[in-house]
Amino acid sequence: MDSFQDTVFKLKRYWADRGAIIQEPYDVEVGAGTMCSETFLRVLGPKPYRVAYVQPSRRPADGRYGENPNRLYKHQQLQVILKPSPDDVLDQYLGSLEAIGIDLSKHDIKFEEDNWEAPTLGAWGIGWQVMLDGMEISQFTYFQQCGGLDLDLVPAEITYGLERISAFLQGVESVYDIEWAPCFKYSDVRLADELQFSVYNFEMANVDRLWRLLSEYEAECKELMAAYQKYPDKHRFPVLPTYDQVLKCSHIFNLLDARGAISVTERVGVIKRVRDLAVGTARLWMDQQQQEQGAAA
Amino acid sequence: MSLDFLLEIGTEEIPHWMIPGALAQLAKLDLLGSVPQVDATPRRLVVCAQGLPKGTPDREEIVKGPPLSAGEKAAAGFAKKQGVNPSEVKPSGSYYELRKRVPGRSAADILAESLPPAILAIQWPKTMYWTGGKPGPRFIRPIRWIVALLGDEVIPFEIAGVKSGNITRGHRILGSASVPVTVASYETELRKNFVILSSHERRHKIETESAQLGAKVDPDLLETLTFITEYPTAIRGDFDRPYLELPAEVLTTVMRHHQKYFSVEAVHSVLSPHFVAVMNTNGDPEGLVKKGNERVLRARFNDARFFWNVDQQKKLADRVEDLAHVTFQAKLGSYKEKTERVVALVKELGGNERAQRAALLCKCDLTTEMVKEFTDLQGVVGGLYAKAQGEPEPVWRAIYEHYQPLSMEDSIPSTAEGQIVALADKLDTLRGCFEVGLVPTGSKDPFALRRAAQGVVKIIAEARLPYSLDRLAANELRAFFVERIQYYFREVRGFKYDEVNAVLAAGIGTLADVDDRLAALAAIRPTENFEPLAASCKRIRNILKQAEFQVNGSAVAAELLEAGPERELADRLAGFVRAGEKDYSKRLVAIASFRPQVDLFFDKVLVNAQDPKVRTNRLTLLSNLLTEFSTIADFSEIVTGGETK
Repeated sequence: MDSFQDTVFKLKRYWADRGAIIQEPYDVEVGAGTMCSETFLRVLGPKPYRVAYVQPSRRPADGRYGENPNRLYKHQQLQVILKPSPDDVLDQYLGSLEAIGIDLSKHDIKFEEDNWEAPTLGAWGIGWQVMLDGMEISQFTYFQQCGGLDLDLVPAEITYGLERISAFLQGVESVYDIEWAPCFKYSDVRLADELQFSVYNFEMANVDRLWRLLSEYEAECKELMAAYQKYPDKHRFPVLPTYDQVLKCSHIFNLLDARGAISVTERVGVIKRVRDLAVGTARLWMDQQQQEQGAAA
Repeated sequence: MSLDFLLEIGTEEIPHWMIPGALAQLAKLDLLGSVPQVDATPRRLVVCAQGLPKGTPDREEIVKGPPLSAGEKAAAGFAKKQGVNPSEVKPSGSYYELRKRVPGRSAADILAESLPPAILAIQWPKTMYWTGGKPGPRFIRPIRWIVALLGDEVIPFEIAGVKSGNITRGHRILGSASVPVTVASYETELRKNFVILSSHERRHKIETESAQLGAKVDPDLLETLTFITEYPTAIRGDFDRPYLELPAEVLTTVMRHHQKYFSVEAVHSVLSPHFVAVMNTNGDPEGLVKKGNERVLRARFNDARFFWNVDQQKKLADRVEDLAHVTFQAKLGSYKEKTERVVALVKELGGNERAQRAALLCKCDLTTEMVKEFTDLQGVVGGLYAKAQGEPEPVWRAIYEHYQPLSMEDSIPSTAEGQIVALADKLDTLRGCFEVGLVPTGSKDPFALRRAAQGVVKIIAEARLPYSLDRLAANELRAFFVERIQYYFREVRGFKYDEVNAVLAAGIGTLADVDDRLAALAAIRPTENFEPLAASCKRIRNILKQAEFQVNGSAVAAELLEAGPERELADRLAGFVRAGEKDYSKRLVAIASFRPQVDLFFDKVLVNAQDPKVRTNRLTLLSNLLTEFSTIADFSEIVTGGETK
């Protein structure tokens, strides 16, 4: 039986063998692997790219104090971006399942319609949830738009829910019973994390301060965006740090949401604030790329 | 000699619910006169046809040239322009002309040209691009292979970089990824590769196998599964009996909507601790698929049980305040505000205290974990919780049923309390949305207002509630309701469209009254006197219109009446008015029996009399007659023989 980390190793190896860069997780809080600049920014523009990385994804409102066997505040996604998407992308995906020890001839695989949309990112795509014996194990998306921009090369995004897949492979009912490494269970590694962050996210995060932080990060982001136009040496301009501010805002929004601090009327407004930042940064990034290409030509 | 045709558009998995619509479009494909037969699996759209001609025959085209008077030089110029030898240009009449032989085209050529645009022209609810960015082709999902055969030959074309050929693909897991086919061998080859092309056969296989495993019949789910599988096989799984303590509604929702399982019932519609899943493969010899599905279901049921227990910690009645945090619609405020309006409306419509209580609690389940997870169960969950929390049956049942009817086929709430709460809830939504301008346009109806209005109409009509249309709605909303009322009586109740128009044109009070008048009208319609009389009514209306006669309700001057048909008609009318028959059927019978007098009147009496006084008197008589006849239905709306819709 493969441990959690064995499965991760195998998936990384599989995609590395197919030309993907193996990146490490991004070090700013994100709600999904899609939000990392390795996906959000890299899918824009005409440059091909292939990358795979595990991304711990934080969703404060999903926390259950470590008491629910299937729901987590922070879960691990393995995110794969293939830009442009190869013609046999679904076969490659199925191959990855075989690679982690799923004998597809003995199981039931279905691709069920599930289109993806992230309003805070101005992003959407067309795709499926992949069902293995009735369980959703991956999300597959052909990106169509990101940061409000049409994509030149349609990328395929594959997101594996690692806890679910491991629990399935190991035949355990609770994610906490997953063997992470020999002698260490998922609970040994992550239970305290789940409990303490649930307490913080739901009970103790200081709402007033979070609102102030949201405004501060937003201000930083806007200030940077405003500086771009007049900045002489475009390739030095800190677009990537600008995007970090967007991620900070998005995470604080999620925290405020978990605290129940965002009224329904405010909600739409706050989502729009974050989306404006994301869309604005995407445009800067595109412009910077085009300038660089122009310089190279 | 004729040729057989096969087209297979190989794609990645198409959403099941879009497939029948696409097939209907492909069935209209232009195949040189042959009739397309269509079928599909999630990965392939297939068109077959027999007996296509090999091509179009050669034909002659006549090109008119210069007049003979222009001379031979002009003829030579014409020939040059046409690219032919001058000797081919011949005089014909007073002009030169060229008889040009246009060679026929092979069917393969024609199809190679016509198929790509026809395929890409299929309308889908949502499309994507996958190659070449935005200017690239759009389709529902990426096209990965194309089989296009005419007889033994490939029809050569290319879509999105994919060249047509004679190679299909089998089932993703069980079949070969490269299967050469001919038109004749296609379906057999697919079957060898674990693809059942016939959706009819797949449906039948699922139906038979699931029935053998005890599945409860579920036509919608059957349809979904038919188009989500290429090789369906049903298996039965089990769950632990204690989960049956959860409400059946919750269990079936989890099974049906979340897992696409059929539920299994013992006698008397009691759920059994089993389910039937349909796989997209040929078997489960080691029981792994069964085990996997059971595991998923167990986790889902555990969640549901958890939600149930958590939700019981706060009664519905204590959740009314929480509704302030749930938006109904940005411009229309929160569900708390909606609740207050609905309670007031229920009171205004004469709802009793239990109905008012139900109205107060009916939206509270929106704050429960169960409804957050299983949104389809809104209302149902509220009803179940109210029952568990000791609310009396009329209250919990009204909550349970207040979203009904969800469709035209769905039944209305079963109790008076439920009917009035359901009515008030929908009416409030409609009034609110119309007030802030959220009116449905064309196919856009994001707040499902048509369904809400249709629900209101169905409830009022079928429960025979005593509310007149004018009491419920005014202006734009009233007009919106009239459309729904027409639709209801026509499509749901099956009355003829002109009967519905006729009855509604005579005024809309309560829908029970509309219903009664329609029933009476439909009964008299086939009798011999009726339609001719209706035709006369139309004639009367036209006469009055042409004469620009102002309806004033004044009496007919008896002294101006001419003896004979005119006086007889006037006397008949006076008698009819005196009798004042209220029963719609009897009244209609009486009206229909006017036919001989009316016919005779038009036969013998000249309405346009010389004497203006006599003329006015005759118009008055006709106007009064029409008014008296039009209390049940405006007969001039009835389409009579010789007219077309």
